Amino acid sequence: MQIFKYLRGVSLTLLVAALLSGCDAVVMSPSGDVAVQQRDLLVWSTILMLLVIVPVIVLTLWFAWRYRASNTEATYKPDWTHSTVLELVIWAVPLLIIIALGAMTWVYTHKLDPYRPLDRIDANTPIPADLEPLTVEVVALDWKWLFIYPEQGIATVNELAAPVDQPIRFKITASTMMNSFFIPAMAGQIYAMAGMETKLHGVINEPGVYQGFSANYSGAGYSHMKFQFHGLSEADFQAWVDKNKASGNTLSREVYKALEVPSIKDPVKRYASVDPTLYHAILNRCVDPGTVCMEDMMYHSGHGKQEADAAEGHDAHAGHDAHGGHHE
Amino acid sequence: MFENLDLTKLIFGRLTWDAIPFHDPIILATFAVVAVGGVAMLVALTRYKLWGYLWTEWFTSIDHKKIGIMYIILGLVMLLRGFADAIMMRLQQAFAFGDNMGYLPPDHYDQIFTAHGVIMIFFVAMPLVTGIMNYLIPLQIGTRDVAFPFLNNFSFWMTAGGAALMMVSLFVGEFAKTGWLAYPPLSGILQSPGVGVDYYIWSLQIAGVGTLLSGINLLVTIVKMRAPGMSLMKMPVFTWTSLCTNVLIVAAFPVLTAVLGMLTLDRYLGTAFFTNDMGGNAMMYVNLIWIWGHPEVYILILPVFGIFSEIVATYSRKPLFGYTSMVYATVVITVLSYLVWLHHFFTMGSGASVNSFFGITTMIISIPTGAKIFNWLFTMFRGRIKFDVPMLWTLGFMVTFVIGGMTGVLLAVPPVDFVLHNSLFLIAHFHNVIIGGVLFGLFAGITYWFPKATGYKLDEFWGKLSFWFWLIGFYFAFMPLYVLGLMGVTRRVSHFEDQSLQIWFQIAAFGAVLIAVGIAAFLIQLIVSFRRREALADETGDPWDGRTLEWSTSSPPPPYNFAFTPRVHDLDAWWQMKQHGFKRPESGFIPIHMPKGTWAGIVLSAISVACGFALIWHMWLAAAVTFVALIGTAIYHTFNYDRDYYIPAEEVERIEAERTKVLANV
Repeated sequence: MQIFKYLRGVSLTLLVAALLSGCDAVVMSPSGDVAVQQRDLLVWSTILMLLVIVPVIVLTLWFAWRYRASNTEATYKPDWTHSTVLELVIWAVPLLIIIALGAMTWVYTHKLDPYRPLDRIDANTPIPADLEPLTVEVVALDWKWLFIYPEQGIATVNELAAPVDQPIRFKITASTMMNSFFIPAMAGQIYAMAGMETKLHGVINEPGVYQGFSANYSGAGYSHMKFQFHGLSEADFQAWVDKNKASGNTLSREVYKALEVPSIKDPVKRYASVDPTLYHAILNRCVDPGTVCMEDMMYHSGHGKQEADAAEGHDAHAGHDAHGGHHE
Repeated sequence: MFENLDLTKLIFGRLTWDAIPFHDPIILATFAVVAVGGVAMLVALTRYKLWGYLWTEWFTSIDHKKIGIMYIILGLVMLLRGFADAIMMRLQQAFAFGDNMGYLPPDHYDQIFTAHGVIMIFFVAMPLVTGIMNYLIPLQIGTRDVAFPFLNNFSFWMTAGGAALMMVSLFVGEFAKTGWLAYPPLSGILQSPGVGVDYYIWSLQIAGVGTLLSGINLLVTIVKMRAPGMSLMKMPVFTWTSLCTNVLIVAAFPVLTAVLGMLTLDRYLGTAFFTNDMGGNAMMYVNLIWIWGHPEVYILILPVFGIFSEIVATYSRKPLFGYTSMVYATVVITVLSYLVWLHHFFTMGSGASVNSFFGITTMIISIPTGAKIFNWLFTMFRGRIKFDVPMLWTLGFMVTFVIGGMTGVLLAVPPVDFVLHNSLFLIAHFHNVIIGGVLFGLFAGITYWFPKATGYKLDEFWGKLSFWFWLIGFYFAFMPLYVLGLMGVTRRVSHFEDQSLQIWFQIAAFGAVLIAVGIAAFLIQLIVSFRRREALADETGDPWDGRTLEWSTSSPPPPYNFAFTPRVHDLDAWWQMKQHGFKRPESGFIPIHMPKGTWAGIVLSAISVACGFALIWHMWLAAAVTFVALIGTAIYHTFNYDRDYYIPAEEVERIEAERTKVLANV
């Protein structure tokens, strides 16, 4: 028995060592303010729970050893089955920890809601009044990522870039499969779903190249559905935009239809200009000419044909929003 | 009308020779091994003239004890298949870095992780849990069988039929490449036109019938058939946790049936429940499947909590500490398990308030669970603990499970989940609770009740070896996955670029090898124990000095379980009977009314499997014929009035006298 206990001790030590060495892991040392706060919450929740987990493990091993059958010196109370005080304690301790953790959860789930625009760039810097977030429209295709920059009028495939310390507002949808848009160094993930739009706000605080990928299995090409995210200085970002503009390619609906065809390990593609209605059409599943957009279809069934015809051409309706009842 | 009829298509549907995976050497080799093994078994059964014995004593038996044992055998056999999938994944991920693409193309790898999940949950954990419940509940509550004995046999065969259909997919066609919950749109007809998802749907639908009916059966048994004097608060804890589990089964499984039914309609009839277009919405599927899926987790873990409660009390030689709070904790978990499903997809874009609500309800479940852990702890406190194999599993569980519980609560904090969702951290978490909880508990339970079922104990040495290899193997296999999750690695990936991850996958693969040794030791333990059965024999019926009624009968119990229905006055009924100098009645026996075996269960299940196969391959003619045959056979069976018999008083007297003789020699 001794030797087994020793072995278990060794394996637990190994475990702790392993976890510590994992501290340079991206989730534990991110480069964006949102992910930093998520990391802090992870660490604090762990510490809070260890307050009860560690004593339980220690007590388990200690009681098992102390009250082994061969130890006749230990007290033996064969009829002891109840103690009101102890029962109160064993319900109260987890309860108190969950109250603390629950309060933290409520506050931080609201504070770090991916739909909520950022209110700071990092722990010490509030957002300057004149700084507008950069908008990026993200489309998860089979099996590559399309990024449309409506303000710059450009688009890329499998490469994303943003200036450091500028909040980014992602609007996310998908062509067919359910994927999940995730840049661990920047912020948590959110699903990308066809016919629906999800949102994510994030910021990157250090220049560098970061990994982005789909975190939700989506079929044969899923393992390679990756992209690089470049955190750039203001000037470098402008240069990056110009580089895309210099490519001379246009992302029209026809080009998109070809792009949408499933493919694996696509190289980076750059587009100097984008059909401005494309993202809206993808979201509303009406890229093909002649198809009725989803928002109009719903409008149709809600208001009768004539009104729908009258409303044709308006594209001010929000798409089918995955985020039920939530207001920005 | 018939001029366009394509006879081949009508009969064979889309089944052609292309469906046989001749191109895949791995599958062909597996098939060869299975075929040779299967033929050898058939020859052996014929040669030793065992067919009649198997048919009358086992396949058609409606004895809850035999059905329980068949469930457990099914679970153990499927464990080997599920583990083979696991080790293939571990090998692939240990090698597939950079230029090395590994030995599995995505097409095959994706089937393997899907099959692994489906098998381990539906055809390993569920049959093992159901088997132990089936075997024990009637014995623990002092009755002779379950409420609906034929239904019990039918339920088992439907579960086995589902497993068989799933195994067919290995050699004919393919299995789903969608992940074990088959989320649309990936599982829709546009993205998965092949037969894989159809195999998934029909295996689960057939097995699901079995699970649901078995749930109803055991629920009614516990509610209606307890021995006189056994009020609810005098039931053994295992019976209590089983009661709650069966309530969950009855309430949750119809949701699975319905959601798979809607997916079937989408795939077969072109409806639009979960499609991208025509107003369908995949989010509904995700919600519905988890409304079944989260209670399912508790369906597995609750009976196991019961097993640990029985074991910890027996081996500490003390009654369970805080029985009442244990019962209430179980009931609270049962209710709360329906209020947490959304924590499986915080990342789908619900608002912060919705996410917080489900995060906090999830955390609240850890309160009664924590109370349970403390109850086991204080059962050990001031006890006299013997470290038999079941107790080792229990201690291994208590240490391992709290770690899994902690990481589970971490994942319940939505902002933390946003960075860990779908990562290997999540994989590590649920294996931490399913292996460290459910599987450890099942091994503990099998070892603990093995002498009851067979009349001899399991060999200690191989049991301990199995335990230590499983425990240490578990830590090696899954702790690296926690680390990888923190490094931002997601699940279901078949190839990596970043070489720095490789060492962690290699450690995990090493852990899987240790677990393989643990499984082998368990199988060797079964063989060794069988060969040493004389030396390991349990003639008392009560080898561990147990506390509950199952230990009051012989090992194995007679077909009628109890010659006289026991009367219960206290919790831990058998312990109290022993304390008060209980004397076995040795005369005054009366004939015992028993249910009779029937062919109907296995035949109905075989027709269901044929019908499922026909539907998968679009063999409409065969589907129609088998469906009609299914209904017809069921109706025909209702005219079978030869359903019961009496064990004569002399026979009971003879069996009981023999036991008296054996007991006198102990």
